[in-house]
Amino acid sequence: MSAIEPELRPVSGPSALAGGTRRFWDLTWLIAVNKFRVTYLGTVLGYLWSLLRPLLLFGVLLFVFTQIIKLGKHVQDYPVLLLIDVMLFNFFQEATQSALTSVVQEEGVVRKTQFPRLAIPLASVLAGTFNLGVSLVAVFVFILGFGVGPYWTWLLLPALLAPLLTFTCAVAAILSALYVRFRDMAVIWSVLSQALFYATPVLYTVDIVPQQFRWVILLNPLTPIFIQVRHWIIDPSAPGAIDAAGGALHLVPAATLFVVICILAVWVFNREAPRMAEEL
Amino acid sequence: MALETRPDADTAPRRGAGDRATDLDAAPVAIEVRGLEKVFRIPAQRISRLKERLVRPLARQEYRRLHALRDVSFDVRSGEFFGIVGRNGSGKSSLLKVMASIYRADAGSVRMAGSVAPFIELGVGFDPELSARDNVVLNAVMMGMTPSEARRRLGAVIEFAELEEFVDLKLKNYSSGMLVRLAFAVMVQADTDILLIDEVLAVGDAAFQQKCADVFQGMRKEGKTIVLVTHDMTAVEKYCHRAMLLSDGRVVEIGDPGQVARRYLRLNFERHHEQAGQPSGDDSAPVRVLDIWLEGRDGQRRTSFEQDESIRICAELEALRGVPGAQFGFVVATADDIAVHEFVGQLSDSPGGGDMEAGRKASITVDLQNRLAPGRYYIHFGVTRDRNRKDVVLHLPHLLGFLVYGDQVSTAVVGTDYEMQISPEPGEEG
Repeated sequence: MSAIEPELRPVSGPSALAGGTRRFWDLTWLIAVNKFRVTYLGTVLGYLWSLLRPLLLFGVLLFVFTQIIKLGKHVQDYPVLLLIDVMLFNFFQEATQSALTSVVQEEGVVRKTQFPRLAIPLASVLAGTFNLGVSLVAVFVFILGFGVGPYWTWLLLPALLAPLLTFTCAVAAILSALYVRFRDMAVIWSVLSQALFYATPVLYTVDIVPQQFRWVILLNPLTPIFIQVRHWIIDPSAPGAIDAAGGALHLVPAATLFVVICILAVWVFNREAPRMAEEL
Repeated sequence: MALETRPDADTAPRRGAGDRATDLDAAPVAIEVRGLEKVFRIPAQRISRLKERLVRPLARQEYRRLHALRDVSFDVRSGEFFGIVGRNGSGKSSLLKVMASIYRADAGSVRMAGSVAPFIELGVGFDPELSARDNVVLNAVMMGMTPSEARRRLGAVIEFAELEEFVDLKLKNYSSGMLVRLAFAVMVQADTDILLIDEVLAVGDAAFQQKCADVFQGMRKEGKTIVLVTHDMTAVEKYCHRAMLLSDGRVVEIGDPGQVARRYLRLNFERHHEQAGQPSGDDSAPVRVLDIWLEGRDGQRRTSFEQDESIRICAELEALRGVPGAQFGFVVATADDIAVHEFVGQLSDSPGGGDMEAGRKASITVDLQNRLAPGRYYIHFGVTRDRNRKDVVLHLPHLLGFLVYGDQVSTAVVGTDYEMQISPEPGEEG
């Protein structure tokens, strides 16, 4: 009829990004901000609480690995290295853990609204990222108080967080999609992520790992990130990821696995997204 | 708007919107559905654990196939209020979900002109930990607005919901009535061209009810395209320009709402015969319901009643063949299909104890002292013969839906008169 009459366009059906990327990011952002606000503004102690958990873990680990097992003896500034490592790994673990059940928890919006499915696990990761940001402020105060730095390489922190965040998002997407179908993913992941904690140089540095097992540690996509954190943030004299691995070639497996997991995430989530409403 | 009571009245001009209906034929198509198919695979035994998959990797998962939609095609014109009716399980909700991009279609296509917002349930995605302000913004963004646009409209939403003083209150502290008002206000403010609505019409207290009715009439006049899924025939006849009847995932009829509503009643009846295994050749109804409605004390037809307000159930019947010893029964049931009341009676002036001769018409009224708790209820209607309550000749479940509103919330479905005394025991206080 009139010229402004919109034309018929096919309805695409449910998908990871349904409804346009603009809306997708708006939603992801809003949900994440809301989640973050609920934890922080909900209680006066909210901020302290979420900081307390990794701090307590840090305290226990610090005691065990400096007083009982003298793991940190030869590592310079071991306490602050351990602190930032624990914070970073804690982010990965909490973000993936909360993303895992996120789609099932948001069952209502999945089954009853047209909702870009991927926004749900990503919002969990994003909220975790806000938490991490706040924690890192505290961490850097500690580091300075400990008499380390500042170094100009601290400015490279975003270059460390970017791959960590990407990897976390990929794992979160895979887990949340699989959990819709296989409810024992929760148990499996709690064990797997615990194993990953030990397979990542959080407590130790790569140089003390026996040569015959080092390839296992170096296969872990998180490993190069954590090595580089030490080099750039805590101790510039410590080897960077390439040196610690013994050449760039030794980082190829981890990089490959990183890319494979990212591609897998896109594939799995796109495959599962249209069916999620029916599976729930 | 009154129901049309006689089938032969079809040719008579319908309601005031009749002129509108002719305009609609010339309007462009807003929703085009072609050859839509949807099959649900329901696992005979659900393998929800990876463990089971791993233990028996080759075990073939057995599925029951549920054909929810079969070759469904229809058009909705721009500015049309289109009703989709059908029994539970007829595929009407699945159809709405496919149109809303919640389910994926297995075959066929859906094309729409303009922006779409689905309303499958009120208040989906509300977070009790957040304030009304945050929830309204989030919900609006879910419906496709940008955050800044959503914030701009916040005032209008809150005003419509009459919750100005509570805008920063967390939803967990809201009463259920306030929640419903907020949810409805969010929906009303959705500025999309097409709305897909699944039975969320009747909510709130009396004043709000009126407001909602106004809004729906307003949307109609504004020329929004609305698809309403319901099994409330009164709503269909009141609001819809056209209606579509689905049965077993197939389109049975598309057309005049009154005609579709009657076809729906007839279909319910036929189904009963199939289920009861009636001898073939006897598949037409011995009794036909010509009309059924509810009245308030004021004698007006209504579908919502205030708590404690008496309700009159009215029905007009016609016997196509004789029914000896006919007994007529209504059941009032909750939305979860729990029977609350049963009313059974027979013809009062018949000497043979309730024989109903062929061609005879009868009207039934039941005056119900309404002690129902707020909520949605349905009326089932049935006829038995030979004074045998088991010999059912007509059974029409979910014939009518109605709503009881009020704020005396109770965990029980029905209230009753009682006296309760609580007196302190003379204790042995030291």
